[in-house]
Amino acid sequence: MSLDAKTVTRIARLARIGLQPGEVETLGKDMGSIIDWVEQLKEVDVTGVDPMIGTGLAKPRLREDRVTDGNCRDKVLSNAPEREGPFYTVPKVVE
Amino acid sequence: MSGIHDFTLASARDALKARKISAVELTNAHIDAIERLDGQLNSFITRTPDQARKAAKASDEALAKGEGGSLCGIPLGIKDLFCTNGVRTTAASKILGNFVPPYESTVTANLLKDGAVFLGKLNLDEFAMGSANLTSAFGPVENPWKRKDSDAKLVPGGSSGGSAAAVAAGLVLGATGTDTGGSIRQPAAFTGIAGIKPTYGRCSRFGTIAFASSLDQAGPMARNLQDCAILLESMAGFDPRDSTSVDTPVPHYEAALKRGVKGLRVGIPKEYHVEGMPAEIEALWQQGMTWLRDAGAEIVEVSLPHTKYGLPTYYIAALAEASSNLARYDGVRFGERVSAPTLDGLYEASRAAGFGDEVKRRILIGTHVLSSGYYDAYYLRAQKVRTLIQQDFLKAFENVDVLLTPTAPSSAFAQDEKPSDPVQMYLNDVFTVPASMAGVPALSVPAGLDARGVPLGLQLIGKFFDEETLIAAGHAIEQAAAFHHRPTIHAGVSA
Repeated sequence: MSLDAKTVTRIARLARIGLQPGEVETLGKDMGSIIDWVEQLKEVDVTGVDPMIGTGLAKPRLREDRVTDGNCRDKVLSNAPEREGPFYTVPKVVE
Repeated sequence: MSGIHDFTLASARDALKARKISAVELTNAHIDAIERLDGQLNSFITRTPDQARKAAKASDEALAKGEGGSLCGIPLGIKDLFCTNGVRTTAASKILGNFVPPYESTVTANLLKDGAVFLGKLNLDEFAMGSANLTSAFGPVENPWKRKDSDAKLVPGGSSGGSAAAVAAGLVLGATGTDTGGSIRQPAAFTGIAGIKPTYGRCSRFGTIAFASSLDQAGPMARNLQDCAILLESMAGFDPRDSTSVDTPVPHYEAALKRGVKGLRVGIPKEYHVEGMPAEIEALWQQGMTWLRDAGAEIVEVSLPHTKYGLPTYYIAALAEASSNLARYDGVRFGERVSAPTLDGLYEASRAAGFGDEVKRRILIGTHVLSSGYYDAYYLRAQKVRTLIQQDFLKAFENVDVLLTPTAPSSAFAQDEKPSDPVQMYLNDVFTVPASMAGVPALSVPAGLDARGVPLGLQLIGKFFDEETLIAAGHAIEQAAAFHHRPTIHAGVSA
């Protein structure tokens, strides 16, 4: 079943992806068919099964609390699409 | 008389060490092949011939002194998902079209340390999301193989389609790939080469652009498993900068080739006999069993009862992780920016312009399954089913050493035969996804050609960190299959 325009628009808003009016319908259809297909997981009995978060192969580890990297401001900023001195720029957020 | 384009990675390494050929000659021959053939194949996004020549010269100097690492002077291609210091890294996305990383991924740093020569950055599906290399913002990659009765352009598989095509066509001696749900194995099968997806945690993810962090794993792609073994030994290893990297010694994988398979127990998962699989793939699978049995292995039927849930579970888990990972592309810190009067408007416009259709679709589904009211029904349930899928494998491995399956349910299809339904496209990964979900290692080896002359691969799946047994069993198939076919488009074929 297709996802309706309202749902698609809400999800796109959450994901911060701007959509053209024409895209909403196509995406609703495609997403609907994928969602219908994953519905089959409902037939699996998962009572008492723990969720798998990762493979569990790497054990959490501690490291010494010290600076291992840094002093590379210009490298960090080197791919900024727009900047002013050592700052990223964005549209005005606070009036 | 064999020429410069007949080298495997291993034989080139030996010839370099014996000074029968220079690294500069070898590199120049490959640069020349790329110039001749890659206009058509489109396997490279960025070529780095000047850097390669410089690195080759340095390799020759080291080799002359009897020095140099295990890959000294070997020309490789790097999937454009690995950050390379000072060399544009795009993930085949418009949103990273001008991204120049100021640092090197651990995997590529390991290869450089061992003396490898990088010829450039290889094409892929955008953010590694695809199974046909049709979603790249830099255009599709053409498979160097042709059907014998047609000139149709075939897909190389995906997402590591550029890596697969470049290796198959002889443009590089080996390449890096990444595999989230089959992105090394399926393109390897489609192009008649070998590829290994190691155990999750074997190769560092540091500096590899993330798609689904609990699944992404780097691995080698090359003409045969000996070449893959040499590459994997260099790529693998513990890295404190990746919290999921596992601190366990890296074996000398190449030595595993000679182990043989006598007494090995090979499991055949009965659920992999899927409906609608072409008879010739079923026949090749049977052939693979016969080859391994003749080499001394024992064939045992096993059951992986949750196989059919592998793909839907994958598409929930992977897309949820992707929606979270790709939130960083916001038009502020790096990447393409489209101006707008508000900050949210800037995010929305930048992401609308920067991502392709498949990536948008996947981010939106991932957002949906994580959103309030749907999280438990989709994401949490998928994580529980993932546990069951992993348990299937662990249980099977109590009884067998490796599993043998086909790599993909079809051979390479034509670019214009792409299914319009996204679910149909996802079915390409039906045999590769379950091993990814479990985190166990798997590989693909070329095993034969179909009736139309296009390669088919067999997959072997192994126990955690037992890549060596996989390599031993894979090599037994290689020896029996004696796959020496070459694609129509190949560096060694003069026009």
